[in-house]
Amino acid sequence: MSQLVITDLHASVITDAGEREILRGVTLTLDSGRTHAIMGPNGSGKSTLAYVIAGHPKYVVTSGSITLDGQDVLAMSVDERAKAGLFLAMQYPVEVPGVSVSNFLRTSVTAVRGEAPKLRTWVKDMKTSMAELQMDPAFAERSVNEGFSGGEKKRHEILQLGLLAPKFAILDETDSGLDVDALRIVSEGVNRYREATDGGVLLITHYTRILRYIHPDVVHVFVGGRIVETGGPELADVLEAEGYDRYVAASA
Amino acid sequence: MTAPTLAPPTDLSPRVRSLSPEDFATPSGREEEWRFIPSGAFAQFMAPIVGAGYVTASGAGVSVVPIGELTSSWLPIDRPSAVARAHVSHAIVLEVPADHESTEPIHLKLQGTSSIAYEHVEIRFGRFSKATVIIEQPGESAICGSIVVTVGDGATATVVNVSDGQRTLESLLTWHADIGRDAHFNGTQVSLGGSRLRVLPSVSYLGTGGNAQLLGVFLADEGQFMEHRLFVDHDRPNCTSNVVYKGALSGEKSHTVWVGDVLVRREATGIDTYEINRNLLLTDGARADSVPNLELETGDVASAGHASATGRFDDDQLFYLQARGIDEETARQLVVRGFFADIVSRIPDAQWQADIMGRIGARLGVPVEIGGDDE
Repeated sequence: MSQLVITDLHASVITDAGEREILRGVTLTLDSGRTHAIMGPNGSGKSTLAYVIAGHPKYVVTSGSITLDGQDVLAMSVDERAKAGLFLAMQYPVEVPGVSVSNFLRTSVTAVRGEAPKLRTWVKDMKTSMAELQMDPAFAERSVNEGFSGGEKKRHEILQLGLLAPKFAILDETDSGLDVDALRIVSEGVNRYREATDGGVLLITHYTRILRYIHPDVVHVFVGGRIVETGGPELADVLEAEGYDRYVAASA
Repeated sequence: MTAPTLAPPTDLSPRVRSLSPEDFATPSGREEEWRFIPSGAFAQFMAPIVGAGYVTASGAGVSVVPIGELTSSWLPIDRPSAVARAHVSHAIVLEVPADHESTEPIHLKLQGTSSIAYEHVEIRFGRFSKATVIIEQPGESAICGSIVVTVGDGATATVVNVSDGQRTLESLLTWHADIGRDAHFNGTQVSLGGSRLRVLPSVSYLGTGGNAQLLGVFLADEGQFMEHRLFVDHDRPNCTSNVVYKGALSGEKSHTVWVGDVLVRREATGIDTYEINRNLLLTDGARADSVPNLELETGDVASAGHASATGRFDDDQLFYLQARGIDEETARQLVVRGFFADIVSRIPDAQWQADIMGRIGARLGVPVEIGGDDE
């Protein structure tokens, strides 16, 4: 049983024009086996929360804390956070030309597990995982994300989620740009991860569509850089019907 | 006397071509072709060098013949190449017979007979032949000379030229390919060694439907100067060319120059051309010049484009890899390795891919391999 605790987190983005505060006091506790949806309008800072947890150098934390089982996440480098059990499925996965998917995955899994997987079982695991996500085996020899369609990139992210089996997965708008079939395949991948590892999921999304496939235990409304309301799954239905207008007006 | 033509003057043509060194003025350094060259560099090659040797090679199918026996019509393009052609005593000739398909690459390991050597290599791919030739330039001689490739109709020819000589050497190499009808030519330049290296690859076409891939990787570190100046002469309809050169620079006063001249002549309708140069600056104090030039004399082309980008490590690439548990140092190595593997993996021979990636890795001080999964 693990716990990810975010307390009164303030963070700014570093731009050429200086620093601009985006997160304005985020407090959230996520336990193993639980799925929290973070829903909010564009520009509310919900993706920034994902990047700050993962440690993107573009953001600076000005106050507050993030701990994973009591350990200070903010003191860790990006790769240390991944090794500690945090995973960020990115909204826009990055292309890395000339680095094959198979080599990338093996390097990553070796780093996170602390030892190289046995070659025989590794090849089998990778093939099985790819088949589950309906990915062509030829993907293994392609360069990381290079020339992938939007749906292929997202499947590749969820492939990594399954192989790395983190304690907590942060899914940053994994549903955006997916058609219904791809959304279902990707969601099933997330659900397999939840069942196999009892991991916790922070599901960041703009739409309620993905929540039909991945059922959240808790729904947070995120506006103006902080959580403004927290409820059960039924809160998503309210948002579906009413939109974010009420919260945006209250926050402005 | 030739009749005056009404064609407008162009930047890229006509170029002087001659066997006679006197037809080329000694460059002052202000000419477009020489403006990036450091002061005093390559000066030794502007006049005949007393005691210069020649470059030789051995191997199956390779002959070394007195230069007088050559019947090739290729003409030098500048003063150094004309001086070398006029004073080289022997030529290396490799013939790939028509219809011959070679699965194993042909390895041409070159050697200079003296510490400074003139070079002349001719490789002829017969009609419908298919072969890969790997040229390893001399490691212990400064060289000046030319490689001349003829690709017969329908042939598929790959030539990889590896310049990886001692770090005290100054070398200058012209290499040209004439591409036959419906033939494919992959000319890959690998530049690693030497103190100063200047390579001038060019292609022209002998018929329609020819395809040229001009690829290159170069790695310059402290004090090293490398110039790659390419010329793609689209003089026939419906041909294609694709130029991709990638370089990495590290250390004080490492300096690379890439110039890609593509000329699409009036008669070259329906062609498709693209060229790109990418440079990765690994440290401060490095300088990369990159000049893509595309000159169109006809608008009736399928596609024509060029691009150039020089920069440091992409932060987002590093973040992505690190977010997967890969430490920063390993992430950088993966990115650099991938940067070059993108080109090297197009050499159609796994052993040579590994050999060249190994050399790049050794130069970068990191283990570099292609693939990674060996089962």
